[in-house]
Amino acid sequence: MHEENDDILEQITSSEYKYGFVTDIEADEAPKGLSEDTVRFISAKKNEPAWMLDYRLKAYRHWLTMEEPKWPNVEYPPINYQDIIYYSAPKQKIAPDSLDDIDPELRKTFEKLGISLNEQKRLTGVAVDAVIDSVSVATTFKEELSKVGVIFCSMSEAIQEHPDLIKKYLGSVVPATDNYFTALNSAVFSDGSFCFIPKGVRCPMELSTYFRINAANTGQFERTLIVAEDEAYVSYLEGCTAPMRDENQLHAAVVEIVAMEKAEVKYSTVQNWYPGDKEGKGGIYNFVTKRGICAGAHAKISWTQVETGSSITWKYPSVILKGDYSIGEFYSVAVTNNFQQADTGTKMVHLGKNTKSRIVSKGISAGKSQNSYRGLVSVAKNAGNARNFSQCDSLLLGDKCGAHTFPYIEVKNNTAVVEHEATTSKIGEDQIFYCNQRGIDTETAVALIVNGFAKEVMNQLPMEFAVEAQKLLAISLEGSVG
Amino acid sequence: MLKINNLQASIEEKEILKGINLDIKPGEIHAIMGPNGSGKSTLASVLAGRADYEVTGGTVEFMGKDLLELSPEDRAKEGLFLAFQYPVEIPGVSTTNFIKSAVNEKRKYLGLEPLDAAQFLRNMKEKMKLVEIDQSLLSRSLNEGFSGGEKKRNEIFQMAMLEPKLAILDETDSGLDIDALRIVANGVNQLRTKDNAFLVVTHYQRLLDYIVPDFVHVLYKGRIVRSGTKELAKELEVKGYDFIKAEVDQELA
Ligand SMILES: Nc1ncnc2c1ncn2[C@@H]1O[C@H](COP(=O)(O)OP(=O)(O)O)[C@@H](O)[C@H]1O
Ligand SMILES: [Mg+2]
Repeated sequence: MHEENDDILEQITSSEYKYGFVTDIEADEAPKGLSEDTVRFISAKKNEPAWMLDYRLKAYRHWLTMEEPKWPNVEYPPINYQDIIYYSAPKQKIAPDSLDDIDPELRKTFEKLGISLNEQKRLTGVAVDAVIDSVSVATTFKEELSKVGVIFCSMSEAIQEHPDLIKKYLGSVVPATDNYFTALNSAVFSDGSFCFIPKGVRCPMELSTYFRINAANTGQFERTLIVAEDEAYVSYLEGCTAPMRDENQLHAAVVEIVAMEKAEVKYSTVQNWYPGDKEGKGGIYNFVTKRGICAGAHAKISWTQVETGSSITWKYPSVILKGDYSIGEFYSVAVTNNFQQADTGTKMVHLGKNTKSRIVSKGISAGKSQNSYRGLVSVAKNAGNARNFSQCDSLLLGDKCGAHTFPYIEVKNNTAVVEHEATTSKIGEDQIFYCNQRGIDTETAVALIVNGFAKEVMNQLPMEFAVEAQKLLAISLEGSVG
Repeated sequence: MLKINNLQASIEEKEILKGINLDIKPGEIHAIMGPNGSGKSTLASVLAGRADYEVTGGTVEFMGKDLLELSPEDRAKEGLFLAFQYPVEIPGVSTTNFIKSAVNEKRKYLGLEPLDAAQFLRNMKEKMKLVEIDQSLLSRSLNEGFSGGEKKRNEIFQMAMLEPKLAILDETDSGLDIDALRIVANGVNQLRTKDNAFLVVTHYQRLLDYIVPDFVHVLYKGRIVRSGTKELAKELEVKGYDFIKAEVDQELA
């Protein structure tokens, strides 16, 4: 009878990845491998000014001196950086003058992913920057946004059109030298999104970037920069998917956020990269550095992430609380199933006085996966009255998976109050049977219980995405109690 | 409605139910009594389809269907309800949300449209009154931090919402003070119709002052050893289980 239950759970957790299709489209690619020439190739493709090439080359040379980090609680065979294609762009007139000029194949691809590049079909009031492989193919609502002074465009365009802003802010929160993957990204990043919300402006719609990896053997290295001036507000969402392939593909992104005095930036991620198959073959290596700085007093940065995809996830969206009274938040749901591995968490760095941070992490592990929370709360000597509250909960589905918590706390000011709570629980057969007895089948019961567990985080998502994210949680877990 | 014929069941190789026979007709209330460990909860669990128990013999017919062939969720959707002796907690899922899922799953099974929000709410309000349960309780995570009495009332509330054909109440009375007991019993009595039936499992005669059974059965060592009317319960109240135990053990010897 036990086995029967396992079977059901097996079925539930083994549903197929829905976004695994490949778009057949000609691509303009760099030769495989990484060298100074590759960096020059990318920069030349984008027609970049000398300062940008210089920035890239410096990063590249620094990267050569570095070693891949080994401290995350994940295992994978060595990555051959010479076996990756660093630039791949769908062959079309890049950055078409009007949205009507987008290659129909690409438009179809995004439509299949539920992303409309059609401004008329404005369902949710979300502006989208659509990035496929190495380039942005379309950005919607640019004009409407520019009326209120909001800049929302691809990173390539920003380098051309807003060089002063890019020079000022690019690398200001995450320096190229920060870590192995940021150095790599700074050398070869090919696109991403830039948003700039001027002083006092509340961005009139959600901004979002949708990342799609399509080409084989390529890495995706995107770069996102969000700047909110004094008293500005923006809510930003990032989504991502990739085809199913047997080879692992590397995605090493950098996201930087600058929030000035009384500014608020809410950054939400629904990460659904291809997680690999049931045997652990293939999938995306998601090695991402995300960091924001509350540069002015009363600034607020809030990270919300729903991480269901990728074979390996390595990311710690962080907040530097420099301005007095600034607030940092991190809300995370990380689901791992089959052979997925996730090492994720946050860093809250309290520098200013009366700064507050809140961490809510919900890890859900199923199958033979490993799920680690790794977090740092640091309070500097001058950061009087800093407050942190951390809640790290793990939910296990089955007994072949693992949940781990690595909370680090460094406090150098004795007025700080740092609280950490952690729990680990299992979905019990009792809970499932209780649901069954009320007419709710096991699959639905698991979804219900998991969504209940993750509710506090899901509540942080913009309404338009919460429902999708809930479904995604259920789908990613199909098959896992016993 | 329910015909149990020579039902045998074991858990972890241990035989618990040793041949149960029971016939429940629409409109009837049956009480099952018996000392601790006699197999009352096992019987309830086996009928509801809990996977830990293995049915080793016998048949059960429910509404003309072979109950033992049905999955636990289909049994529920066919109209079997179990009020648990120990209701579980589901953090982050409100009772309202939970019962809405349950109600709509059942409707789907019966080929009905899901209830719209207004209808559902109206329905809920009505049933809340029945068991004197507060809206605020239903907005909280299911059973999390509920008192013993609140959990039991919540079970009866769910029963009221699902309108089962056969409701099995497993020691719903235990741990209740007299007021809570009256509320629970009152709920059951109001839900009673000529078309539904109740199987009330209890350790004490007390509950049967409020829910008056048509038949009383005594379960002991996995068998129904005595059946009678409510007078049997009264007799047990006076004499305790020991006299039956003694008699039965002698018969078995
Ligand atoms: N999970 C289990 N594993 C082993 N034995 C069990 C289990 N559950 C119940 N039993 C045994 O089955 C017998 C009947 O238990 P139960 O049906 O709960 O009795 P009652 O509800 O009448 O008090 C008891 O001897 C009990 O110890
Ligand atoms: Mg019992």
